Amino acid sequence: MGEFRMPSLGADMESGTLLEWRVQPGDAVHKGDIVAVVDTDKSAIEVEIFESGVIGELLVPVGDKVPVGTLLATVLPPGATLATPPAAPPAAPAPAEVPAPRAAPAEVPAPPAAAVARAAAPHASHLVSPVVRHLAERLGVDLDSVAPTGAGGRITRADVERAAPEVAAPPPAPAPAPAPAPEPSPAVAAAPAPGRPRSSPYARRLAAERGVDLADVAGSGPDGAVVAGDVTAAPSAAAPAPAPAAPAPAAPAARTGADRQASMRRAIAASMERSKREIPHYYVGLDIELGAATAWLDAANAERPVAERLLPAVLLLKAAALAARALPELNGFWVDGGFRPADHVHLGVAVSLRGGGLVAPAIHDADTLGLDELMAALRDLVGRARAGRLRSSEMADPTITVTNLGDQGVTTVYAVITPPQVAMVGFGRVAERPWAEGGMVGPRPVVTATLAADHRVTDGLRGARFLTTIDKLLHAPEDL
Amino acid sequence: MTVTYREALRDALRDALVRDPRVFLMGEDVGRYGGCFAVSMGLYEEFGPERVRDTPLSESAFVGAGIGAALGGLRPIVEVMTVNFSLLALDQILNNAATLLHMSGGQLNVPLVIRMTTGGGRQLAAQHSHSLEGWYAHIPGLRAVAPATLEDARGMLWTALEDPDPVLLFEHGGLYNLEGELAPDAGPVDIDRAAVRRAGTDLTVITYGGMLPKVMAAAEQLAGERISAEVVDLRTLRPLDDATFVGSVTRTHRALVVDEGWRSVGMSAEIAARVTEGAFYDLDAPVERLCTTEVPLPHPKHLEDAAIPQVDDVVAAARALVQGGPGDG
Amino acid sequence: MTDQELRDVVLAALGRIAPEADLGSLDPDVDLADQLDLDSMDTLNLVIGIHEATGIEIPERDYPKLASIDAAVAYLAARPRSAP
Repeated sequence: MGEFRMPSLGADMESGTLLEWRVQPGDAVHKGDIVAVVDTDKSAIEVEIFESGVIGELLVPVGDKVPVGTLLATVLPPGATLATPPAAPPAAPAPAEVPAPRAAPAEVPAPPAAAVARAAAPHASHLVSPVVRHLAERLGVDLDSVAPTGAGGRITRADVERAAPEVAAPPPAPAPAPAPAPEPSPAVAAAPAPGRPRSSPYARRLAAERGVDLADVAGSGPDGAVVAGDVTAAPSAAAPAPAPAAPAPAAPAARTGADRQASMRRAIAASMERSKREIPHYYVGLDIELGAATAWLDAANAERPVAERLLPAVLLLKAAALAARALPELNGFWVDGGFRPADHVHLGVAVSLRGGGLVAPAIHDADTLGLDELMAALRDLVGRARAGRLRSSEMADPTITVTNLGDQGVTTVYAVITPPQVAMVGFGRVAERPWAEGGMVGPRPVVTATLAADHRVTDGLRGARFLTTIDKLLHAPEDL
Repeated sequence: MTVTYREALRDALRDALVRDPRVFLMGEDVGRYGGCFAVSMGLYEEFGPERVRDTPLSESAFVGAGIGAALGGLRPIVEVMTVNFSLLALDQILNNAATLLHMSGGQLNVPLVIRMTTGGGRQLAAQHSHSLEGWYAHIPGLRAVAPATLEDARGMLWTALEDPDPVLLFEHGGLYNLEGELAPDAGPVDIDRAAVRRAGTDLTVITYGGMLPKVMAAAEQLAGERISAEVVDLRTLRPLDDATFVGSVTRTHRALVVDEGWRSVGMSAEIAARVTEGAFYDLDAPVERLCTTEVPLPHPKHLEDAAIPQVDDVVAAARALVQGGPGDG
Repeated sequence: MTDQELRDVVLAALGRIAPEADLGSLDPDVDLADQLDLDSMDTLNLVIGIHEATGIEIPERDYPKLASIDAAVAYLAARPRSAP
């Protein structure tokens, strides 16, 4: 039984709103198919599925905002057929898998019906074993309200336990005598004490290191336990936990531009704040003479129909991607207190959105693309970024990012690294400047390239080598 | 060159017999018959009855004789047919071999190597199929090793013979026909360290012996599901190389122990405890264990397969551990 | 093409580049880059849009002459057309 969960589409994403289901229960899906559209703080993202199979049940209705890691749909093995007529996705508040915010000690746990109000079709009774039925009876769980995850739509013990209100789990062995209410075995943890959410040791250590309050983190682990991934997805500042999703509107409220901009601003703020708090940046810069590159580009474009012309930015991006491949310590991620090099160059490109804000989706394997392919990828990416139609894989995995402020007329940009990346490249305006060479001064096209890099991973010498590598590459534009 | 695990063990025996005149092999049917599992086939003809000795059916007697020979300056290799039968020699192994160095105030080393077949999966039923190596790994004064690859089958014996103290070498019966490439110049290997057989990032699967090929197959299958499993082969069960498997768990944050032995009070319990002691603040999930069902191993194939962990069981356990959900309902 | 037709072509191309913009409120003689936050990719898309609608070839060195709507119309009116 597979699971399709709300993906993390960036280091700072806490939750997403389901805008659209592209599949229905019973649909066959293949790894890589786009199955849903999710609205993050930045834009609407088409989300791919990572396993092949048959869509079982859609557990989250369109319009709901749910935390990262929430189960969105079940995935049956390839070739499976649905045992029950597919139920429409419920038009209900968050499904049971999403732990409600920790109840204050004074609050009583909500009755199960409220915790799992679902409009599911009644399940055929033969899909529940006697043991499970007995368990459901004892825990006061209405079987019609339980989402089955077992083979062929079977309701498992775990499904019932998940749907139960927070009480001690049943003892593992059924008592032989018909005991009216067996004592919960002491080994089984009861509901956590208020203020002490269940969490793994590693999650607690990470939370302490990052200054995250575990009480603000929604747990995606067993029985709502907070695991490391929940902590890394949480903003480091003690931001208030996301409010539970309000009951869904009839249709997903199309977010207004102002609304989206405000939330994008918040997301950028959280990411940049974390970057400047956690990443010890160092900066290096280099003026690069572009006479050869500009001449080559002018000649190339003069022969091309207008639709095939290249932008100078493409040469800069290609050179940056090749330099990232040559200096792998600048291409990867700082995770769990150490550097993890990436085995591809997925080049993030900062795209400013008209009206404010920016996104930095990735061009995959940019170091392997020819200039025409890179230009096509860039046009496609910029177009979709501005239309708000990026894909989840593009948002989640840039290994190093480039910002090109040349169009804004400045000579130099000192970038702020996007965590968990460890470097960011900046290019200013390509402009004619006096350039001294061989005892002569003359006007030449020049660009200032900068690198902001994470001093935990590299030192200035490597950063300098990165920029001199770009310089060398741009002096042989025909080889790019 | 392509060899089987059985041939690699035989090459190791031949090599030891050639290298050191003090080395000899003894056990039930190791000589004229070529060994119950055909490991010593041909060695009797090659080295003669002095160096390859058939013994009476008395484990206590011939293991005791091996201990005496070791005390007397020889380097005996004693073959015990299965770990189940080694219980007949447990008194000799524990009360003599493992304790003489201590009780003699350091005067008497026992440089003895005992080979025995362990494990199930071949329909040999409950008196020939158990995995009791964890019992021996419990005993101070012994070293216990479990070759799970061709290199280790070829290389562990000589290193064990060089150890001044008793070493038990557990050969998994299900591996004898394992076939693969072995370098022509393969030779002795260390018996101190565990080995990372596959690198991964999502969880560490800790195993040894006959379970290694199943775990490797499971890891391959998990990779197709985008679950990256690191596989640690213990190689040596006593003394345990904590540093390698604890270090791996500190990187992956999750541990699954796969042991063909029984779960309660066994090898897997010790490993789980050490992971928790050494990597507590790096654990993102409880340590999971996958072991053989606690029954005397059945003879019928379908029941035996159901009792022993299989590839699909490893995949399911790893998946549940990584996805944080329930196992299989 | 009349000036009005050319103006419509430019506005249509701009509409595809910046669908959220209120084209009616653009000042025809003020720099487009400043009014619409255009960057080099947008400029290229503007040139491509004009070329597709009119067949007029615009070499790279002339891009600055498309800075405002009025400037673009004047420039296009003076350019030879290669093909419809």
